[in-house]
Amino acid sequence: MAAEGAHQSNTKKIWKVFFILSLITIVEVVLGIFKPDSLHHVHIFGLSLLNYIFIILTIWKAYYIMWSFMHLEQEKSSFRWSVAGVLGFLCVYLITLVLIEGNYVYDVFHNSQYKWIF
Amino acid sequence: MGATVTTAATKENTWGGGNEPLKVSYGKMMMWYFILSDSLTFCGFLVGYGFTRYKFMDTWPIADEVFNHFPFLHGVHAPMYYVALMTFILIFSSVTMVLAVDAGHQMKKGKVATYMFLTILGGLVFLGSQAWEWKNFITGTYGAVETRGGSILHFVKGEGEEAKQIALSDFAIVDANRDEATLTRGKGTWFLKGPSAPTYSIEEIKAGLLANPDIKIRTQKTLENAETGRRYKEVLTREQSVERINDATIVVEGANLIRNEYGHKTFGDFFFFITGFHGFHVFTGILINVVIFFNVLLGTYQRRGSYEMVEKGGLYWHFVDLVWVFVFTFFYLV
Repeated sequence: MAAEGAHQSNTKKIWKVFFILSLITIVEVVLGIFKPDSLHHVHIFGLSLLNYIFIILTIWKAYYIMWSFMHLEQEKSSFRWSVAGVLGFLCVYLITLVLIEGNYVYDVFHNSQYKWIF
Repeated sequence: MGATVTTAATKENTWGGGNEPLKVSYGKMMMWYFILSDSLTFCGFLVGYGFTRYKFMDTWPIADEVFNHFPFLHGVHAPMYYVALMTFILIFSSVTMVLAVDAGHQMKKGKVATYMFLTILGGLVFLGSQAWEWKNFITGTYGAVETRGGSILHFVKGEGEEAKQIALSDFAIVDANRDEATLTRGKGTWFLKGPSAPTYSIEEIKAGLLANPDIKIRTQKTLENAETGRRYKEVLTREQSVERINDATIVVEGANLIRNEYGHKTFGDFFFFITGFHGFHVFTGILINVVIFFNVLLGTYQRRGSYEMVEKGGLYWHFVDLVWVFVFTFFYLV
């Protein structure tokens, strides 16, 4: 793939991706400023729907940056996933464990007999 | 080696070097694996931030109330606009970078140089923006007091969700005879320097609070509106406020690595470390881009017949953008 596309210009696609990234950012900022009550109020697993939307939009942006700008799309799939797969797995693993732990520590502070910050 | 040559040419191809099973050059592959490990470092930072935030879920500062500055809009509550602008600057410099890579594929030296220059410019503008953001964070806007137990108290006017924070200078009654000043070497104490005294003393703030019946104290505690789900900070009643001010021990103005006027102590640390570490990456990215830019001008890559170095520098630059996308979400949005 890399060799085939080597000499033709991808300028059009680059601007398209830039447009998409900008659009996602604008949506994020608008949602972040207005924080619609309907999204802010709904909680799933202790996280508001709005935050899920932010995280999904962020991963979407990361996908465009890595796949298009960093040309991961054009790499061999074994190489692509040796980077993206490892990163995805380790991050999700770490986030899950550490946030559960953080929540637990919060409970300990919250229910304990002594005062922490007063 | 003579023996292998006679048996099979394929064997020589496999073990003789110059083989690229993943169809990617050594330099690019190593850049990718470096990016992978560096991403994990950033992941560790952000997860650490998440951990601390979960741990102090009900006392953590609300980002919108901290990062609400915009150039030339002094005193206007403008949450997020500035970081959004910074995000655009970085995404745009990513675009010019990928355009430079694209021009490199076509071996157009002039175009590569132009786009590289624009990328460097974008990086510098981003660093400048971050410096301004840090300046605001470090100097602070309102000022606060810290209690014995390490809690930060803000001063507000108004009720509950609509409470507006006011600066210490708005209400503190300046005592002309205040006997608390920074100890400097100029005072004749050789080699002795004390911590700088805050603009207002606890007594002056207390006098101001007692003299203005409409001022209340806002604590770190986060409450949630049961109907809308909006989060806001708890505001004490006037009686509680007058009582609470007696716990105050230190005046906090702005932020440093020990305490900050925005709320929880680790908030400032995470801000400095995460945005600082990212800013350092932007800085090194600019250095790398400058080196590549001059090599492009000198025609190094033109002679080499390949602009792969621009591509590798580009990978790093996009990575910096990628990290910012996550910092933006987890520090400013969520």
